[in-house]
Amino acid sequence: MSEYNPNVPPKKKPFSLQLDVAKFEPATDEEKAQQDVMRESTTFFRDGMRKLFRNPLAVGSMIVLIVILVTIIIAPLIVPYSYSNMITVNGKRDKSAKNLPPFTYSKLEQQAIDNGEKIFPHIFGTDELCRDYFIRVIYGARVSLAVGFFASLIVLFIGLLYGSIAGYAGGKTDLVMMRIVDIIYSLPDTLMVILLSVVLDQLLGQRLQNTVLASIGPNMLSMFAVFGLLYWVGMARLVRGQILTIKNNEYVLAARAMGAKRSRIIRKHILPNCMGVIIISTALQIPSAIFTESFLSFIGLGVQAPMPSLGSLANSARAALQAYPYKMVFPAVGICLIVLSFNLLGDGLRDAFDPKLRK
Amino acid sequence: MDITERKRKERQLIVHTVVSLAIFAAGWLFLPILTEKILLGVVLVLIAGALYFSNNTGRYVCKRVLLALLTVFIISAITFFAMNAIPGGPFSKEKAPSAAVQAVLEERFHLNEPVGKQFILYLEGLMQGNFGVSTKTGREISTTIFDSFSISAQLGGYAALLAVVLGVLFGSIAALNRAKAADRIIIFFTTLFVAVPSFIMATLLLLVFCLQLNWFPIFSADNQSYVLPVVALMLSPMSYITRLTKTSMLDVLGQDYIRTARAKGVSQWLVIFKHALRNALIPVITYVGPMTAYILTGSMVVESVFTTGGLGTKFVQGITNRDYPMIMGTTIFLATLMVTATLLSDLVYKLVDPRIDFD
Repeated sequence: MSEYNPNVPPKKKPFSLQLDVAKFEPATDEEKAQQDVMRESTTFFRDGMRKLFRNPLAVGSMIVLIVILVTIIIAPLIVPYSYSNMITVNGKRDKSAKNLPPFTYSKLEQQAIDNGEKIFPHIFGTDELCRDYFIRVIYGARVSLAVGFFASLIVLFIGLLYGSIAGYAGGKTDLVMMRIVDIIYSLPDTLMVILLSVVLDQLLGQRLQNTVLASIGPNMLSMFAVFGLLYWVGMARLVRGQILTIKNNEYVLAARAMGAKRSRIIRKHILPNCMGVIIISTALQIPSAIFTESFLSFIGLGVQAPMPSLGSLANSARAALQAYPYKMVFPAVGICLIVLSFNLLGDGLRDAFDPKLRK
Repeated sequence: MDITERKRKERQLIVHTVVSLAIFAAGWLFLPILTEKILLGVVLVLIAGALYFSNNTGRYVCKRVLLALLTVFIISAITFFAMNAIPGGPFSKEKAPSAAVQAVLEERFHLNEPVGKQFILYLEGLMQGNFGVSTKTGREISTTIFDSFSISAQLGGYAALLAVVLGVLFGSIAALNRAKAADRIIIFFTTLFVAVPSFIMATLLLLVFCLQLNWFPIFSADNQSYVLPVVALMLSPMSYITRLTKTSMLDVLGQDYIRTARAKGVSQWLVIFKHALRNALIPVITYVGPMTAYILTGSMVVESVFTTGGLGTKFVQGITNRDYPMIMGTTIFLATLMVTATLLSDLVYKLVDPRIDFD
């Protein structure tokens, strides 16, 4: 036996069916370079994000939302006024600062400025109770956005739980659960929201006094209760439909054959696969919650009195629409901007993450 | 399925729909003469129908009508018991009447009966068109509703008609000029209008066209200009219909039969109107139910902004005054309208699209 040399191909025996290694030649460096991985393989999530960031409308609405978020977080730290109290000059309540147009000062403030004091400008003017209007609009946007987020979270939580149980259990459980959903779904939601807000407001109003929840106000709580009671059905239907399609996949069968528990299959296999659709519909739920909140505030069923929301600001601006039209314009533009941005972002997310729309 | 069988099924579907709708319409149009026994009879006939019909069509129609009746019943129950849960009766004010007067009043309004019995009495009243008496004005609620609803019905009717006509028109234009200037402009405005709540739209229209430009007079009893309220109500559903029509029109225009028609030399207009539009309109039908609900709730705020004195104005007044019988009566009335509209649009949808599977 000769010594083994890796650079010299072994000789082919005459009658062997082996390939003749001598007919092959080693790959050149250039050819080897072709095999190099130029780019990392992309995942579903990363691919979707890339698509999302290429969509100018979605990026624009994201920027608008971030600007709004930063403003409503930072502005109350900078602006020295409160949303509920009258403007004071040197500790004295300034009764002349009523209904000021934007960037103007009252008589008392003008005197103070003449004496060399610095006074923060009223960017949006003041309202009829001598409060700084800018800070009220900022707090109003805070309230509206908070309502939108929490309402969507409630809807997401209940809908996810209910829909996944119904979809996974199947059979009679599914039938009964979905009939309940059908009935709730056929109730006219806005009317029921109004009705329950009226009732819960009266029921909760007295009981809440002197508790922690009193600061949120009975109207806000009843609004969340209403969202928890009525608006989850759409989400439940969506989750159930998704689970029914995913449940029949082979990997679920494999997991079940290996003896995985139901809760594990739901958590590890089914939910991650329907996450995209759920996130999109949650994103689209936020503007509809903001819509409902501003509608209720507008007809006088919204947040508690000194606390502003964009809807209630618009409603109170209606009283003096002819004299102070700008008071209507600020909250109106605020609502439209927030709702429009969320709508566009939701559309962008759907285009980026919904595999059914992929071309 | 061969042609004769399909024709037979179609004919059956039409007959069933017409009969059921006639029963349903008779029930709600002739409220005063409908007693609970006739209603019970109708329900029994419908249940029998649902069980008897071997074909899916009849069963579907019966099931849907039953579900609608059940929904109306549930809404009435929720409304009644929710309002009953509010502490304090209608006569417990600061100036409480003497015990004898109170007893007479309770006797007259059946307040001394148990709650279940009160509910049955209330339902009986509802079926005879008796919605009770307003606690604030002392007037019959049914007369208030039917008087003021004529204004709301006109407003809503014009708004719905314009929304459908203009929506379909703009949607078709956008689809036929895909990715051209007309499409871009239409989609820009519809995206914008969907994000503007109707009360904001109404207030801004009032501000600009009534107060600043003086193009339209302010709404009053002797000067009824429906233009601005109708526009405020119409824009959002119109935008939605535009997007809906555009999507389905693009879908239809890509179908084989359109290419066949074009290849045969059918003129462009005939292709659009006879082949494309008729099929593209089907999804619009499903939106008619939600649109009715949207317009009825939207008219509450729009009518309050323009003070038209319609049912919406009365409802919001009832909420502000905490006039519970008024809120109850109006909620049940509006909810019945919405449920009926949804039922009708679903049934018509099944009727015009034979491709849809029943159940």
